[in-house]
Amino acid sequence: MGRLQRLGITGRGLVVALPYLWLLLFFVVPFVIVLKISFSDIDLAIPPYKPLIEWMGKNSLAIKVNFNNYAFLFTDSLYLHAFANSIKVAFLSTLMCLIVGYPMAYGIARARPAVRNVLLLLVILPFWTSLLLRVYAWIGLLKANGVINNVLMSLGIIHEPLTMLYTPFAMYVGIVYSYLPFLILPLYANLEKMDWQLLEAAEDLGCRPWQAFYKITLPLSRNGILAGSMLVFIPAVGEFVIPALLGGPNALMIGRVLWDEFFANRAWPVASAVAILLLILLVPFMMWYQSVQARETAGAR
Amino acid sequence: MNRRSSYFILTCIGFGFAFLYIPILSMVVFSFNASKLVTVWDSANSPTLKWYYALLGNEEILDAAWISLKVAVINASGSVILGTLAGFGLARFSQFRGRFTLNAMTTAPLVMPEVITGLSLLLLFVALEQLIGWPAGRGITTMTIAHMTFSMAYVTVIVNSRLATFDTALEEAAMDLGARPVKVFFVITLPIIFPAVLSGWLLAFTLSWDDLVISSFTSGPGSSTLPMVVFSKVRLGVSPEINVLATLTLGVVSAMIVGVSLWMARRARLDAAAAQ
Repeated sequence: MGRLQRLGITGRGLVVALPYLWLLLFFVVPFVIVLKISFSDIDLAIPPYKPLIEWMGKNSLAIKVNFNNYAFLFTDSLYLHAFANSIKVAFLSTLMCLIVGYPMAYGIARARPAVRNVLLLLVILPFWTSLLLRVYAWIGLLKANGVINNVLMSLGIIHEPLTMLYTPFAMYVGIVYSYLPFLILPLYANLEKMDWQLLEAAEDLGCRPWQAFYKITLPLSRNGILAGSMLVFIPAVGEFVIPALLGGPNALMIGRVLWDEFFANRAWPVASAVAILLLILLVPFMMWYQSVQARETAGAR
Repeated sequence: MNRRSSYFILTCIGFGFAFLYIPILSMVVFSFNASKLVTVWDSANSPTLKWYYALLGNEEILDAAWISLKVAVINASGSVILGTLAGFGLARFSQFRGRFTLNAMTTAPLVMPEVITGLSLLLLFVALEQLIGWPAGRGITTMTIAHMTFSMAYVTVIVNSRLATFDTALEEAAMDLGARPVKVFFVITLPIIFPAVLSGWLLAFTLSWDDLVISSFTSGPGSSTLPMVVFSKVRLGVSPEINVLATLTLGVVSAMIVGVSLWMARRARLDAAAAQ
């Protein structure tokens, strides 16, 4: 060990070096390449973009940085519209997840330990089954001759099947359904640590239950709410599968636009520019998430 | 809680779980439906196992499942090694150069939209191939590398949080008695965090087995995974075989989760008994 240590190589260093280098090569470097390609020209070649730096011969090197891809995104209203719509959909879905998920997380945290473990298992179980298959289940429920329409018609509540599949409604249902466990779990982890005697004290002092909730439980669970919301909001902005399967042809989500630019149009530079803009949009939220997580773990220790 | 608010909470939990489970249960029920219309119950010929036999004879799906299985097993094993190293480093070494970066690099993949991760990894593979000739083309190798990159982040979080809750006293005692750090890790630390490592392996397996978006970007011709085949079928509408696939997946996953949690509960009881 002695000689290695003099070279600055220690056992500790080796432990973290492997994952560190792996993530550097396969997580950080790729973004640099995306950035580079977002400034290249589209080319009808394999791969379909022109190099940024070209050796022109006669001792001259040409560096072509091309802003056309970004200019294109800002002039064609489709892209701005898709960005705005993605943020709107992700925000509303997060809000709906909170409305459905908060009472669930609260109820689980306050249940008896034996019941609590079973309920927790029931929240985690769908998370382990395929997202694709669970989204697929909603096609069967929502389509014109699907389960919901069949039940409503046989009960005589409606006479014509409702159009639900391939609408914004279906997309919201799909997103809330798929991301609900991501909100419940961190929120539960936070509420579980709550000192419930505070609520009793407040009630003894004459606070009404909803007042006590508003003044004590809600502020104390702030980090859980933020962490859970971020776990829903950030991936939902770039969601592809759910709008593609449930949202219909007009569901303009930026993840889907990126996918189509890449696979259907083979416009790799445009797709890269979309990815970079999406990343710029989401990085502040990711940093926020990380600082909330750091606060939570610091509080737990 | 007073009575009125506890009724409110109970109702919310009831509706919440109905929302989570009705779609899943409907797939299970309709997997036994004889009708090709899937959601229209054919009471004359149902329940039937005919779509189960159809699935078992569907070579496209079986081939894709085999590829998915290979990728998922290699991915899970690789990400457990990388993730345990990273989680151990973050939990046990309080100060080292690059700690902040490592922490950020293991948190970001958890929330990164998959389209971005997929696109960026593909562009990396293409650039690497142009530069050094490796990886030659896309396929199982590139897909596995891509899956390991995001799966290891999940393993890191699980291992890190498990290590954060257990006392370093045992490890320190072993070191005081002269055990080398590597031995301490394998004899003391690893057995204690084994449930977390196992959960990490299972989670990494599932993430890979389910992944559609990142696989689509990083796979090549002839290496379609199960989710890619399912996605192309589902885009055309419902299909009875997919219901069967969902039911089988659900069965395996539930058995696994229940088994693992029973095993962990038993282990925790034995630990508690041993401590007394």
